[in-house]
Amino acid sequence: MPLFEARNIQKRFGARVVLEDVSLSVEQGAVHGIMGPNGAGKTTCFNVLTGHYAPDGGTIRFAGRDIAGMKPHRIARLGVSRSFQIMNLFDDTVVIENVMLALPEFRAMTFSPSRNVFIDRALTDAALEILAQVDLAEKAWDKAASLSYGQRRALEIAVALAARPKIVFLDEPTSGLGAEATRALAQLVRRLRESYTIVMIEHDMRFLFELADRISVIHWGQVIAEDTPTELMANKWVARSALGELA
Amino acid sequence: MISLSDIPARGGSPFTPPMFVFLLALATAPFWLEAVGLYSYLGIEITIWILYAMGFNLLFGYAGLHSFGHGAYLGVGAYAFGLFQNHVGVSLWGGLLAAVLAATIAGAAVALFVAHRRGIYFALLTIAFGQVFWFCAIKLRWLTGGEDGLLGIPRPDLVIGPLRVSLQENTSLHWFSAAILGLAMLGLWRLVNAPFGRVLQAIRQNEMRARFAGYDVWRIKWLVFTLSASVAGLAGGLFAMAQESAYPDVMSLHQSGLIVMMILVGGGLVSFWGPVLGVLVYFIARDIIGGITETWLLWFGLMFVVMVMVRPEGAAGLAHVVRARFARAPVKTPVSAPAERSA
Repeated sequence: MPLFEARNIQKRFGARVVLEDVSLSVEQGAVHGIMGPNGAGKTTCFNVLTGHYAPDGGTIRFAGRDIAGMKPHRIARLGVSRSFQIMNLFDDTVVIENVMLALPEFRAMTFSPSRNVFIDRALTDAALEILAQVDLAEKAWDKAASLSYGQRRALEIAVALAARPKIVFLDEPTSGLGAEATRALAQLVRRLRESYTIVMIEHDMRFLFELADRISVIHWGQVIAEDTPTELMANKWVARSALGELA
Repeated sequence: MISLSDIPARGGSPFTPPMFVFLLALATAPFWLEAVGLYSYLGIEITIWILYAMGFNLLFGYAGLHSFGHGAYLGVGAYAFGLFQNHVGVSLWGGLLAAVLAATIAGAAVALFVAHRRGIYFALLTIAFGQVFWFCAIKLRWLTGGEDGLLGIPRPDLVIGPLRVSLQENTSLHWFSAAILGLAMLGLWRLVNAPFGRVLQAIRQNEMRARFAGYDVWRIKWLVFTLSASVAGLAGGLFAMAQESAYPDVMSLHQSGLIVMMILVGGGLVSFWGPVLGVLVYFIARDIIGGITETWLLWFGLMFVVMVMVRPEGAAGLAHVVRARFARAPVKTPVSAPAERSA
């Protein structure tokens, strides 16, 4: 049974149908890519799958539970975590707090007034360990706002990982990154795939085809193709679209 | 730019040197207030407003939820205290409990309607609810005494076990209020430095991210609104005692705006101590400038404008800059790990 499965997802805003019929199935340990042109509904799809919007139709099952229409914080607590395409960090504070806040053990002590935050060694160590995974441990006590763009993208991923998720949704992790930084990120995702199940929207075709086990192509709110990268390159639908040329 | 989210140098400690200075000044105020040309009632007023402002800043500064109708809960507390004395029995603890309970219930009910909002919508809703309470206070004449309010509210004796102390004198009421403020301050300090305080600030910075990190943002916003209404109610109970009356004026939009102005002038957005400074600046300005000219509020308003233009972080931000200059260090927040610093 797949770890995460969405079937016939529909989403409309007023008269505008954004997701017509999206189905997606992700096996444990896999890296699943999502591609498609601008406005195809990729980010809306993520927003529906992680609870930001409730779907108008269809089912979403995660680890055997129906999560369609659940509130985002409930879905997050089940082990679904995500990063954002547009940077979405806690900017007033330091890097390490961004990660600490996302730790399940920190969340569990929200209502324990006797607990401490930055002098709690167990918490800081756990957060530093996560930061080390994205090579930000040295920047732990810097302001989040002082990081470079590439580092902020890495922190965005670290916050998603801090939740100790069973599945991670990454929304365009390479967006705005240069060639160098994209290579570094590819390295990172290669390391992460050892321990996480990943669903990733990506524009950068080389990046995606290199890393994904399976790729869904979304266009006009529908999945027009779903296959392994190699098979997909031979697919006439994809080959005929501009996407094929890029690949 | 400094902010409330900077790591506090003594985040874990329940008691800090500034607290000692503050509590000392508060406790000794009756001895020196008159010597510096002020009067002892001012001490009570300032104490009560600091309590109110600190509770309010939990919502306004820490959680970033800009309520402009908070006077309502101060008023509800004051009326509840007065009604308890008039209809139930003359009791200090009973009255204060009634004040806190009434304000908590009022706050919790309003929070149900406003907790899913933020920004301008939140602000407008709090104004609307604040006006509802204000209007009720004026119109429910049989309960609240209308525009005159409740008059002749007694100051019940303080009874602890066999001990009975009269609070008729302003000095004794001052010490009692100061003790309450001290306890509330310790509680609030602990709260903002515990995980809960950091989560509030996370919600201020990025509600959506907090939600996707698994926090029940609605519930936490509801809770902090209710909590700050409770503190306002406690302050309201003390205020009814200080004034020996309760009246609708404290619930007006104008008065609710005043507390916001105090927070901004003092620097509640950047410091735990901001509300204290703000209240001090306001009352001292009122009494000193007010002694010179009747148009003192105009000058206070101008001061506010200049403050926002020159130092938007408020008096607490100014103190921060001065301290940094004296230390000959650049104005940059310390970013080394607190665990390392204490090691």
